[in-house]
Amino acid sequence: MKKSGIKWHVVVFLAPAVLVYTAIMIFPLFNTLRLALYTEVDQVRQFAGLDNFRTLFGDAHWSGQFWNALGNNFWFFFVHMIVQNPIGIALAAILSHPRLRFAALYRTAIFVPTILSFVIVGFAWKLILSPIWGITPDMLKAVGLKWLYAPYLGKEEYALTTLALISVWQFVGIPMMLIYAALLTIPEEVLEAGEVDGITGFSAFWKIKLPLILPSIGIISILTFVGNFNAFDLIYTTQGALAGPAFSTDILGTFMYRTFFGFQLQLGDPHMGSAIASGMFGIILVGVCIYLFGIQTRLRRYQF
Amino acid sequence: MNRKLLSLALLGSTILGSAAAAEVTLTIESWRNDDLTLWQDKIIPAFEAANPGIKVKFTPSAPAEYNAVLNSKLDAGSAGDLITCRPFDASLALYDGGHLADLSGLEGMNNFSDVAKSAWQTDDASASFCMPMASVIHGFIYNKEVFAELGIEVPETEAEFFAALGTIKADGNYIPLAMGTNDQWEAATMGYNNIGPNYWKGEEGRLALIAGEQKLTDAQWVAPYEALAKWGEYLGDGYEAQTYPDSQNIFTLGRAAIYPAGSWEITGFNAQADFEMGAFKAPVMNAGDTCYISDHTDIALGMNAASPNAEAAKTFLNWMGTSEFAGIYANALPGFFSLSNHDVAMEDPLAQEFVSWRGECESTIRSTYQVLSRGTPNLENETWGASVAAIKGSKTASDLGMELQNGLSSWYAPHK
Repeated sequence: MKKSGIKWHVVVFLAPAVLVYTAIMIFPLFNTLRLALYTEVDQVRQFAGLDNFRTLFGDAHWSGQFWNALGNNFWFFFVHMIVQNPIGIALAAILSHPRLRFAALYRTAIFVPTILSFVIVGFAWKLILSPIWGITPDMLKAVGLKWLYAPYLGKEEYALTTLALISVWQFVGIPMMLIYAALLTIPEEVLEAGEVDGITGFSAFWKIKLPLILPSIGIISILTFVGNFNAFDLIYTTQGALAGPAFSTDILGTFMYRTFFGFQLQLGDPHMGSAIASGMFGIILVGVCIYLFGIQTRLRRYQF
Repeated sequence: MNRKLLSLALLGSTILGSAAAAEVTLTIESWRNDDLTLWQDKIIPAFEAANPGIKVKFTPSAPAEYNAVLNSKLDAGSAGDLITCRPFDASLALYDGGHLADLSGLEGMNNFSDVAKSAWQTDDASASFCMPMASVIHGFIYNKEVFAELGIEVPETEAEFFAALGTIKADGNYIPLAMGTNDQWEAATMGYNNIGPNYWKGEEGRLALIAGEQKLTDAQWVAPYEALAKWGEYLGDGYEAQTYPDSQNIFTLGRAAIYPAGSWEITGFNAQADFEMGAFKAPVMNAGDTCYISDHTDIALGMNAASPNAEAAKTFLNWMGTSEFAGIYANALPGFFSLSNHDVAMEDPLAQEFVSWRGECESTIRSTYQVLSRGTPNLENETWGASVAAIKGSKTASDLGMELQNGLSSWYAPHK
């Protein structure tokens, strides 16, 4: 029997995924990068080379907004890294404790917000924190901490951190689940061997479990990074496209949306918007590359 | 796919319609889907009774999608004969793109003042391309019961206005002003552009700013920010996070005394509030000064340049200039006032109050809407932020004027 050189079944089985992925991911991505090189003069699209990027980084008005958004984005990411991921790891460690009762209930309760829509989360938290109808002022008053209350979402100094913490509340379930799964894969023998050597309790966590789940923590960090630099929904639903107060919650996603689609009397500018989107793409690409080549290759993996 | 089906259906219905009888069917594109029953039950029957042989269909789409849907329909040649016009640049772009017909010669146009027409004209006012329909007027709505309880007279001057706010605050039972800064636009629209015209003398100042003869750093443009800076202490606790619906609810629940308003609130407030409301216009500096009100042009109707039924469409547009149309529209939608020169009798007392100011004061429109919000940074959006900053006291009025002027000078030739 003669065998055909091309394995057709491979092509056939790959085709749907490749076609769909190309149509809805790869093509739009490259088209956006292309669009960033054009501009519109008198309703005619013209090739403009890198002019849009020159405006974005050279013009004081544009670059001011860009750096503000980028700075806010880094703060947003920083809050997630120092709050969401440690809490996620701690929760996973507690949940994986064999003597904990109702573990499944806690696991589900903590994970549920992750599957809620941003609109619901944003709206619910806006109501909870509202100075007029919210329960926060009364609850703080009940425990004698009324002085702690401020209209957090309306104050420039608190708004971004508050939103970051809301996002942490929503997504803390994801690192928890990933770490939980990683912790479950650690074989009992390793822990028992440690116990024989006198490593128990907290030191077992620090000296045995943590090194073994480091690759998972790396993955979580990069997922957080990509998620945060693509974030948009929560800010948009709570603060609107102008990301108030006074742009203090403006991140790259809202800046791009406002520019691309326009806002109120501002007409949309797809070309400048694409330039910002390209900038976001570049930043995420660099971040992911640093992780892949700088960190992941140095992580030690253990096989059992 | 849906859009294709829709346009096929529309196409089919026009063919069927024209085949059935030798009469013309006009289709109206609009974003006012709230007004569908008003058109079907009142406006269209009145027009068809007066103009046999012309049928009218009102086919609105969702407000947020209107501009995009309309543009694609116009490009595809499937748009209706009559097109509801957004004010200023959005419609001007359609006219420049050849989608809207020049209506300057229509006799119905004579029933409108220059200010009314300004939102739908070319920059040199040589061509008008939409027939003005309605405007919204700015002022303050107040709780009459609270005013009676505290013995406050309706304020006429700025000093009386702040004295009234002081009395309400001293009493402590009501929030003096129901407004928040979370959504930002209220501070600019119901704050700055509400009280501002009295300082910059309405059209005189607005046009001088567009011409480059006045600057945003001039006293008359900075002073409204100084007044707004004094509002902060009269807003409710935590106003920084108070949203637009919050403010509406606080007022209609009777927890606040004064609501900086636009007349579009009338219908909603009538339904929600169970106390008697009154309205007063933006306070003037000294008693007896000429008053200016923001009577903002909001909605108009234009003609698709590619319409095969141009004559019938013109008949309809001319009819819109009559007092009959003005009366039906204004009474069905209190708070959206006819822009025509006709004396329209309105039944709603609050709406009457608002519209009565037209007789006493000079009308103008929001200062940032015409021409000045064409570039980047966008003056309207910047004004939102500036008004909020003034109320919060995070920046001084003169700094705000300077910032806005710098932004405007960076792209607008007459200010360079």
